[in-house]
Amino acid sequence: MSAPVLQMHNITKTFPGVLANDDVSFDVHAGEVHTLLGENGAGKSTLMKILFGLYQPDSGQILLRGQQANITSPTDAIEKRVGMVHQHFMLVPTLTVAENVALGLPSSRGLRTDLDAVSERIASISEQYGLSVDPGVEIWKLSVGERQRVEIIKALYRDAELLVLDEPTAVLTPQEVDDLFVILRQMTAADTAIIFISHKLHEVMELSDRITVLRNGRVTGHTTPAETSRQQLADLMVGREVKLAPDKPPVDLGLVRLKLRGVTVKGDRGTIAVDNVDLDVHAGEILGVAGVSGNGQRELAETIAGLRPAEAGSVQLDDTDLSKANPAQSRAAGLSYVPEERMKDGAVGEFDVSENLLLINHGEKRFLRNGLFNFDAIKSHCQQLVDDFAVKTPSLSTPTSSLSGGNIQKVIMARELESSPAVLVAAQPTRGVDIGAAEYIHSQLVKQRSDGVAIVMISEDLDEVLGLADRIAVMFEGRIVKIVDRENATKDQLGLAMAGAG
Amino acid sequence: MNETTVIGLLIAVLEFGTLLYLAALGETIAEKSGVLNLGVEGMMAMGGVAAFWAGVETGNPWVALLVGVIAGALFSSIHGIVAVVMGADQVVSGLALTIGGLGLAAFLGQDLVVQPPGARFEATNLGPLNDIPWLGEVLFDQTAVTWIGLALGVVAWFVLTRTRVGLILRAVGESASAADSSGTSVVKTRMIAVMIGGALAGMSGAYLTLALAPGWSEGTTAGRGWIAVALVIFGAWQPGRVGVGALLFGGLLALEPRLQTFGVEISPILLSMLPYLLTIAVLVALSIRSRHRPSAAPAAIGQAYRREDR
Repeated sequence: MSAPVLQMHNITKTFPGVLANDDVSFDVHAGEVHTLLGENGAGKSTLMKILFGLYQPDSGQILLRGQQANITSPTDAIEKRVGMVHQHFMLVPTLTVAENVALGLPSSRGLRTDLDAVSERIASISEQYGLSVDPGVEIWKLSVGERQRVEIIKALYRDAELLVLDEPTAVLTPQEVDDLFVILRQMTAADTAIIFISHKLHEVMELSDRITVLRNGRVTGHTTPAETSRQQLADLMVGREVKLAPDKPPVDLGLVRLKLRGVTVKGDRGTIAVDNVDLDVHAGEILGVAGVSGNGQRELAETIAGLRPAEAGSVQLDDTDLSKANPAQSRAAGLSYVPEERMKDGAVGEFDVSENLLLINHGEKRFLRNGLFNFDAIKSHCQQLVDDFAVKTPSLSTPTSSLSGGNIQKVIMARELESSPAVLVAAQPTRGVDIGAAEYIHSQLVKQRSDGVAIVMISEDLDEVLGLADRIAVMFEGRIVKIVDRENATKDQLGLAMAGAG
Repeated sequence: MNETTVIGLLIAVLEFGTLLYLAALGETIAEKSGVLNLGVEGMMAMGGVAAFWAGVETGNPWVALLVGVIAGALFSSIHGIVAVVMGADQVVSGLALTIGGLGLAAFLGQDLVVQPPGARFEATNLGPLNDIPWLGEVLFDQTAVTWIGLALGVVAWFVLTRTRVGLILRAVGESASAADSSGTSVVKTRMIAVMIGGALAGMSGAYLTLALAPGWSEGTTAGRGWIAVALVIFGAWQPGRVGVGALLFGGLLALEPRLQTFGVEISPILLSMLPYLLTIAVLVALSIRSRHRPSAAPAAIGQAYRREDR
């Protein structure tokens, strides 16, 4: 066998206070998919940014096709035929597909751009790999899946022999993921080497030829799908035994606590985002709302929470009409809300942990003495919550933004569940949260369900919905296009409904 | 109002338009690369005083103009180093450039205040063309700098929309990280754009002290640099539209001293507010239009770019 396309030897990289990569080694051969698997912060992205010349390693070496390579900038990496599809797309939204592809490349017309020639080559690449996209259209008009194709085309246009995809499936529907995998297999068949970065275990098992697992910046295992299992991979990632699916005790269905009738809501752009939605959520059930991001789930959650007025229809919690309610009235009626954007809508980053824990009930008598804060009472209350919800924080006065995503989410959950709500709306409860914290958050949702809370869980992660929900509603273009009981739901059928074809 | 005063007014419109256009075109280029430079007023003052001094020393308006351009570019490089290379706050650095530039120009120009101009640009003489009623009288009774400004505007439009350099410049201003990943140098591109902006602001200042109002006195720029900054927004960051705006705002500046002679009883102080009110109106209009699409402003404007940030 010839030399691997890429060998990374003993890479170490530190940031102030963080050891991001610690003596990491791995290699990739032509025509194979090598997966880097790890939690957020395990050092996958740092390693790839080193490969792409965006970061410089403190020590270690990189070999490309057996040759020592010194990569100091993306230009170097591109010249050495390394392509990268970043997790956050590196596309200029106001430029066209062809302009984005041409950016940084020499032009056949010298100083002037040669967009016609570029478009022609894009078309031929599109055809070869089934990456259909219109070269003349501006990026901001494209869907997320299309944008990703543009990123791949960009790399192929530059003759990449090694393509890095950083969490490429995070933003895609199940069908788009299937399409992507077909494209990637065509590329490996044409001898391209692919580094696939992910933390989704079933995708990793499906696509990879080899797998390297990272934890806290170190390699914790090299394996192949044939030699391992999802459970084993999860344990390697987290460093202990993990429960992938929570145990759900049977619960008797209670009364309808949340009732939506004909709810219609406008989105930020003034167009209809939620279109005539009816929903009943019972005490003791988790209703999973599945759908691709941007199909009205966020607006629906905000309307139930009182943050976004409904244009028409009614929202009823028990006997209280919340159609025109503000957040304070919704909360008073027994609603708790864990928002999708936890750092934007869920917590104040600059505030410390105790201040965020107190964000909604700081006016209650038990925290006050003579109209001023009673810090002793506050401290013991917050310490209790931190202990109950296993929040890993150095202290109560640590700024919340310095905690990990999972721990910030635990702070928010602790605050929202402390009031024993009747209805809980949790949007993307474990997005960007590591497996360990996700496991804990799931167990808390199941516990609330056992306590008789009516839970609406909105998630783009189908595995999460299938693992937790009792009933599943699929949203597409603002409508509920399907509602099924968990027992009758299959992944394929839900995926089709999410794409509007169910 | 007779024909002579109207022609006089139109000539002045073009003159003030030139002054504003040069500075605003430079700012457009800088902002297109993602760098807001609020130092236009200071750069104009530096260009103006340097050009006037060079005129006195050499007697040659072209040498003087060149000196003004170089002074503006060099002075703007301070903003480039502080805000682009070192990544400091663009607003603070730009304001410092204005305040510092006005002060430094006043200091350096202390002895020039009493000097008569050593060199000045005269209106072009195209013989019979100048005698064409209205058209010739207005259009050709201008200095060569006006034509240079027009030519630069066309060049800027062509470069921005039709060349690789323009593509890179726009990409850097819209998404620095995307441009960086494509293998273009964000810092180099922005530095050059800022210095082109400074050069044009310097040219604008030189036009002021060599052609529009030959002479030097402290505060001679009189806030025109700020109008240029507003003009960039008014023109939606497009050289052509900025040009139209320059004529409109130039018209307001030209009207200011003439209104009372026309017998119109509006305070010129109120009139001088108009450019800013118009800019706000355009901002509102743009924000309404752009609710469904990306805004006309370069998306990365005001943001420093550092690769290893995390």
